[in-house]
Amino acid sequence: MAVPIQYNIRNLTLRKSATAMTALGIALTVATAIFIMALLAGLNAAFKGSGDPLNVLVLRKGATAELSAGGVDRDAVPVMKELPGVARDAQGQALVSGEDLLVVVLPRNDGTGETNVTVRFLTPTGIAMRPEVKLSAGRWFTPGQHEIAVSKSIHSRFAQANIGDSMWIGKGPWNVVGIFDTGGSAHDSEIWGDVNQLSSDFDRPTFNSVLIRATDPVSADALKNRVNDDQRLKLNGMLETDYWAKQTSSGSPIKFVGTLVAVIMAIGSCFAAMNTMYAAVAYRSREIATLRVIGFSRPSILTSFVFESVLLSILGAAVGILLMLPFNGMTTGTNNPVTFSEAVFSLRMTPIVVISAVVFAILMGLVGGIAPAWHAARREILVSLRD
Amino acid sequence: MTLMSFVRKNAFRNKRRSLLTLLSVSFSLLLLTVMMTIWRAFYLSDGSAESAQRLIVRHKVSLGQFLPIAYRERIRSMPGVKQVVNESWFGGQYKDDKPENFFAQFGTDPKELFQVYTDFQIPPDQLEAWQKDRAGCVVDAELAKKYGWKIGDRIFIKGTIFPLDLDLTLRGIYTAPLNTQTLYFNNTYLDEGWSRIKGLVGFFGVLADSPGAVPQIAKDIDATFRNTDRPTKSESEKAFNLDFIAMMGNVKAFILSICLAVVFATLLVSANTMAMSIRERTREVALLKTLGFTRGTVLGLFMSEAVTLAAVGGLLGAVGAVGIIFMVAHAPGIGLMLAGVKPNVGTIVVAVVVGAAVGALSSFVPAYNASRRNIVDGLRHIG
Repeated sequence: MAVPIQYNIRNLTLRKSATAMTALGIALTVATAIFIMALLAGLNAAFKGSGDPLNVLVLRKGATAELSAGGVDRDAVPVMKELPGVARDAQGQALVSGEDLLVVVLPRNDGTGETNVTVRFLTPTGIAMRPEVKLSAGRWFTPGQHEIAVSKSIHSRFAQANIGDSMWIGKGPWNVVGIFDTGGSAHDSEIWGDVNQLSSDFDRPTFNSVLIRATDPVSADALKNRVNDDQRLKLNGMLETDYWAKQTSSGSPIKFVGTLVAVIMAIGSCFAAMNTMYAAVAYRSREIATLRVIGFSRPSILTSFVFESVLLSILGAAVGILLMLPFNGMTTGTNNPVTFSEAVFSLRMTPIVVISAVVFAILMGLVGGIAPAWHAARREILVSLRD
Repeated sequence: MTLMSFVRKNAFRNKRRSLLTLLSVSFSLLLLTVMMTIWRAFYLSDGSAESAQRLIVRHKVSLGQFLPIAYRERIRSMPGVKQVVNESWFGGQYKDDKPENFFAQFGTDPKELFQVYTDFQIPPDQLEAWQKDRAGCVVDAELAKKYGWKIGDRIFIKGTIFPLDLDLTLRGIYTAPLNTQTLYFNNTYLDEGWSRIKGLVGFFGVLADSPGAVPQIAKDIDATFRNTDRPTKSESEKAFNLDFIAMMGNVKAFILSICLAVVFATLLVSANTMAMSIRERTREVALLKTLGFTRGTVLGLFMSEAVTLAAVGGLLGAVGAVGIIFMVAHAPGIGLMLAGVKPNVGTIVVAVVVGAAVGALSSFVPAYNASRRNIVDGLRHIG
């Protein structure tokens, strides 16, 4: 017969200070683990969800990022417009957008220094090809003017990004006229401007990249292959979704350091939990013997103590989750090594993150509790009664 | 039995509890030492004496934009400038795109590179061989060891940023004070391979004639090119490295919050242990007081126990941190930023002191209460 759960719960409430301190220690470890996981979940969400499955991104052959030297020849664009499977807009214009990228240095609002921010130059067609992006304030840039629109995150995290401000880009000032909302996609880290105005400033013979919209996913795949195989064009085509998915590598330093920190803290917490449980077993030595005399078997004693340890760690996990809740949704940024500029993302405490944290805590409780519980179950009754 | 041996014996009385506390404290303080070492490496170390005399001059807007090579001679003619070298980040792929196979590649001028980077050592005959071979390259000794390269080997690098691949012959192996994991090749290879880059370079490394001259030189260079269509940003090598770190995000806040969490967790563990230990010995404390030990001595005895345990934990943790830092410095990707970093004696001492302080703080309340308890109540106490 199993030892009633009430026994464990009552014992935890009996020695409140020991319970509280151990639970708090576990809570800190769990909170750290949640923080790391939420950061990574946020990064993944920013990139994995990005890109439209109908869009094909075309880069220079051999390039893996839009920001590579050289680019797609401008003469290739009319050729691409005539390819089969390319979608057309209401006016019959092919949905093909030649785009240029520039990187500018902006100071972060929170005073942690300057960082690179991507400025994407495109046409209104290009804007239409990204239906998830919507204007939230002001207006879009006028083609032929030195005007830019900034993403909501850029607006909140950087200075000089309010409507009416002007930013020095390339050879002159560009005025901020609008703010757009990307719904958390990777374009959340960008500023948008008119490509033709940039071309006249810089006299570039190529586009950094060309985006083509296909009529359906099968055509998208066919277009991608067509672009890759064409010997004259010498281009690298890929699905836009694949391109962005690759950039989750921005998270690797965070992942490495974070995992290291979480594991070390977890081991420390396991020892602390073990300590508490050993003390509990020693303190209740006579009680345990009494339970055995009454008739509870060794396995049930073992299970009971392991359960108590797990209960303690679940308590710790609950406190840890509460501690981290205020940070949920906090926006931050890190360096994207592919585009060499800021990748904006927000902390996301998804259900998976929370569940993983609880499982993590339970594991700590199990590891910490098994040895003392074993010790409790194995003690000789007479020895314990005489203690 | 002296007081010290009394403390020592009691600290390890319950071996299992002492061991677990020690382990828990040491893991926490290990993490603290790692964090402190990283902090010191990023923000406190001044770099070598040679590094303090160098500046990096790059395009004001972005590292991704190029500067005209013509700037080089203009920079060289400025007061305080001893040597200048041009460098261009190639960023190619060696073997595959796995992070373990990533290392830096720069196109540069073989005649000038070692004049600026005076802390790099290379045998003169190898340097000459590189200067003579347009398709030659030199690599850092650790990188050569990693891939088992020998002089004369062919090294093939696939271009990703630039539309050309590099087919290089290894002409020299240099040693640098810090593991730089870098390959340098002749910039003319780039110029001849892709005409559009001709005359353009990534950035300049400048050697000043003294560390004190660096800030003024930086100002002079930026003022000279301010109104051109390719303005510059010049800063000391150390500031340049810090900019890179800052790009990772709010690193300072991250490290500080981990340190805080760790110290707090250590406090909790130590307090828990001391509370348990003291509660067990209520009768003993009463006995000690009947023997004549004062309240103050009793308080001191208990606090010393806690301090001893925690300080030893701190020492163990700090020593363990050496191993962890070694692992991190050799990790792909992030290891590049922590090359050559080791916890120094100062950091270890701080870890031990923090441990001792935490031990003292955490034991104060239970020890104080124990020292004040009425003797008769104490003797009557049934454990």
